[in-house]
Amino acid sequence: MAEIRKSEGFIDWLDQRLAVKAFMRVMMTEYWIPKNINFLWAMGVVLVVLFGVLLVTGLLLLMYYKPDINLAFDSVNYTIMQEVEYGWLWRHMHGVAASATFLIIYIHLFTGIYYGSYKKGREIIWITGMVLFIAFSAEAFSGYMLPWGQMSYWAAQVITNLFSGIPVIGDDVVIWIRGDYVVADATLTRFFMLHVVLLPLVIIVVIAVHFYSLRFPHVNNQESEVFDFESESKKFLEGDKKESKVVPFWPVFLSKDFFVVGFFMTIFFALVCYQFDFAMDPINFEPANSMKTPAHIYPEWYFLWNYEVLRGFFFDIGGMAAMDIGLIAFVIANIVFMILPFLDRNPMNTAPAHKRPVFKYWFWLLVCDMIVLTVYGKLPPTGVNAWVGFVAAVIFLGLFIALPFITKHEAKGDAQ
Amino acid sequence: METCQKRRDFIGMALTGVTVVGGACALGAMKKSWDPLPSVQSAGFVTVDVSTIEEGEARSFAWRGKPIFVLRKSADTPKNAKRDVVIGEKVFTLVIGLCTHLGCIPSYDAKKKSFICACHGGVFDASGMNTFGPPPRPLDIPPFKIAGETLVLGEEGEEYKKLTAKKA
Repeated sequence: MAEIRKSEGFIDWLDQRLAVKAFMRVMMTEYWIPKNINFLWAMGVVLVVLFGVLLVTGLLLLMYYKPDINLAFDSVNYTIMQEVEYGWLWRHMHGVAASATFLIIYIHLFTGIYYGSYKKGREIIWITGMVLFIAFSAEAFSGYMLPWGQMSYWAAQVITNLFSGIPVIGDDVVIWIRGDYVVADATLTRFFMLHVVLLPLVIIVVIAVHFYSLRFPHVNNQESEVFDFESESKKFLEGDKKESKVVPFWPVFLSKDFFVVGFFMTIFFALVCYQFDFAMDPINFEPANSMKTPAHIYPEWYFLWNYEVLRGFFFDIGGMAAMDIGLIAFVIANIVFMILPFLDRNPMNTAPAHKRPVFKYWFWLLVCDMIVLTVYGKLPPTGVNAWVGFVAAVIFLGLFIALPFITKHEAKGDAQ
Repeated sequence: METCQKRRDFIGMALTGVTVVGGACALGAMKKSWDPLPSVQSAGFVTVDVSTIEEGEARSFAWRGKPIFVLRKSADTPKNAKRDVVIGEKVFTLVIGLCTHLGCIPSYDAKKKSFICACHGGVFDASGMNTFGPPPRPLDIPPFKIAGETLVLGEEGEEYKKLTAKKA
């Protein structure tokens, strides 16, 4: 039991009961971040800010949204958009923030790949990050259903139908997930539950693990230099701040992050106020109709690449149905990033991509291929488009099959 | 000391056992809570009047929230003994109007005599057989019973059983 004495002030009073000073040291002022980093290392904090925006705007929307197939569409498009003061602002912020979150997640993810921050002790950071990506994808999909417009309805129909690809029990699983033979009221209310309670809880817990798993292997740096954090932090604390290779999370690192956040939020609010349309599909302003499919169904931009992998395989190969091949490819595409640390057979080399002879081509080929998949995912799958999609999907899978061989080859070069 | 350890082990095992059984039962209950409600399951049997459909005309109906296409084949449309629903002189194609790829609703193109799905370019012929694109199988035939010049959807009549038997 700690010795409790008469406090010298409020902070001291709290410190005796909660050890707030030690807590602040561990979490903030003596949490060490390398100096040799660039603005790409600020994306994590940008994501935290965006998640905060989603949470707060979501709470405001939740006050007027009605999860019922007869009321949902009007509660969004009439009540929130026209009656509630600033309701339009919360909705556009929520929609644009969802899109922006995925943009930053992709930058965050490619930064991790480029600088080799997924291996050599950082595997758990990478895996929890990919779990977050999947949880955010589920969150985005369930949220997209809520306005109950045509795109909401048909996206739900198509995505839930993917589960029919599971052998034997597929059709029953689909009915079970929907709670009806088609996407209906039961489907809306259960996905509403997922969107506002279960998935946000999961996301918050996984974010905590994501941050915690960063404490031991420490933040990577631009050159992937390995140094002793303890002696470097000692230098800093002793006043040799110039020589030290580290800075404290607060106030030094975060103040720079706040600059990046400020820059980013300026763009964000410009989008919210002037370009919000990109997150508002016009087809979704027509109420859901189970008897009429829109002429052309496509997901939001951030799902286009894996959507194109799904539909890229449009003909049967060797007795396997096109749909099954597409589904298998789709499942692989969604989990293959998760096992990236184990596909890289050069686990000790964490040098940035531009210092690795073959890996750099692999990296940029992957980025280009995913951009091609994204662009063609939006175009109708006819004629030459279908073939471009097919080739891009094959290249995507091929890149991940080639990665172990490429990195193994590199590892041999390193050894010499 | 040893008895103490044994007693603790016993409590630990008892707790584990109760938790495992209780957890399994709870999961079962949760699974059932997600099942379609009885009111949804019994959403019924729909009677469809096909006597007024013209030759070459496709009409759509709703059954259990799904679109149903009834196409009366014109004389020059190829027949398909494994799929045609014959009522007297009239030959019909009766299918669930959901693309077997990902559940979009195809539309009937009378000129091409095909059901065409706009989502991913799947094509089915006038009998509902998949002829192009990603659909893995022909359009599904809903359970039906012929009653005069009407079809009762949801009930498995003799003609339906014959069609499914031929498929197998």
